[in-house]
Amino acid sequence: MFGTTMSKKILLNSKEIYIILHRLACQLIENHNNFENTVLIGIQPRGIYLAERLVSILKNDYHISNIKSGQLDITFYRDDFRRREAPLEANKTNINFIVEDKNVVFIDDVLFSGRSIRAALTAIQSFGRPSDIELLVLIDRRFSRHLPIQPDYRGRQVDVINEEKVTVNWKEKDGKDAVYIINN
Amino acid sequence: MSQLSVQHLLGIKHLNKADIDLIFKTADHFKEVINRPIKKVPSLRDITIANLFFENSTRTKLSFELAEKRLSADVINFSASQSSVKKGETLIDTANNILSMKVDLIVMRHPNVGACDFLSKHVNARIVNAGDGTHEHPTQALLDSYSIREKLGEVTGKKIVIVGDILHSRVALSNIYALKLQGAEVKVCGPKTLIPKYIESLGLQVEYNIKKALEWCDVANVLRVQNERMAINYFPSTREYSQLFGINKKLLDSIDKNIVIMHPGPINRGVEITSDVADAEQSIILNQVENGVAIRMAVIYLLAQQIQHK
Repeated sequence: MFGTTMSKKILLNSKEIYIILHRLACQLIENHNNFENTVLIGIQPRGIYLAERLVSILKNDYHISNIKSGQLDITFYRDDFRRREAPLEANKTNINFIVEDKNVVFIDDVLFSGRSIRAALTAIQSFGRPSDIELLVLIDRRFSRHLPIQPDYRGRQVDVINEEKVTVNWKEKDGKDAVYIINN
Repeated sequence: MSQLSVQHLLGIKHLNKADIDLIFKTADHFKEVINRPIKKVPSLRDITIANLFFENSTRTKLSFELAEKRLSADVINFSASQSSVKKGETLIDTANNILSMKVDLIVMRHPNVGACDFLSKHVNARIVNAGDGTHEHPTQALLDSYSIREKLGEVTGKKIVIVGDILHSRVALSNIYALKLQGAEVKVCGPKTLIPKYIESLGLQVEYNIKKALEWCDVANVLRVQNERMAINYFPSTREYSQLFGINKKLLDSIDKNIVIMHPGPINRGVEITSDVADAEQSIILNQVENGVAIRMAVIYLLAQQIQHK
């Protein structure tokens, strides 16, 4: 076949996502017990849905109340400012606590080059010095890292080529839960 | 829309409504940043900014410098009183010499109208006007509107009266452009000698009675009497000015609504505004100063974003 045909392949359906989210929640409980000294930070713009979902599973299904969570925007900390075609657009940061001596868990949908997490590591310092930082991602794109950054919790590891795009859809934002691999 | 329609901030006159919305939206994010324990972001770490102040300034200069530093830019400062300007150097020569030191953006205040516009056509750097003579002071107008938006929810449809020395005020002209662009109703109030002759051509009404003006408005932006720009006497005495146009507690209590009081500073306490009004609950003068840093961060960030990385 010649020419450019866009193909869209489903990687995870809503049932698979449901199971993975519950597994990730259990793994978090395993390491963080009652979340007394832990804060969950969703990375803007797309990590916040995963973070909200995990918080609600932890609250409703595992009865862990008082989970501290926030949203971190990394736009002003990125290393590609003035190097992109399109200007960067900022999102809201919503962290109304200090992370000093806390166990921070960054939550994002897809881990690709690792540059967003690099920026997040810098950004979070504005809110104090965490005791440690972990990374949870739904999709870990293997072999595509530009930096020595690896997740501590991963939903699914995938091997996709650089031209392919992995998109995560969420019920509350996009109508249904699904993960696609899109080939342009 | 995530990019400004202009390459320099020379005046509000050159902006459109979408530009103002973008600046405010960006300033919202920076306002959150400057209220963090660590009030700094690394965005502009490879940008160098020169602040050229050919005229005295306290708050504007500090505010710009702080905004630049909170964006992690490298900053150099220049005051005309301590420079080669005194030795007869021209504006372009001064600017080009500074640019040879690899400066990306210039913030300039100058006593002459149009100085920033002139500079933008002759030197290769982004220019931000920090006040050019009696012409424009765009970041002041932006922070004034931003403060009104913060206090009252929106600017559209609000009634704003600008009180005092309209003739010599760059703050007044920039404010008029900005408020009109956002759909506010604007009146000016002051002594006849300090109201420009063609003010009606801007589509404004003039009110000469301060009490009536205050009864009409939601917000009163009170300007400083600029004695340094008055070569002749525009009114008989400061005492008479404050009796006719000064805002005091008694006057505010005599109107039956709670209006917002603004002042761009520096205040002549007891002349255009009394201390009990300047420090009252309804005064947002210090909020204006805080918002000034966020607005200037937004303007500089958005202009720097357009500079090609070399």
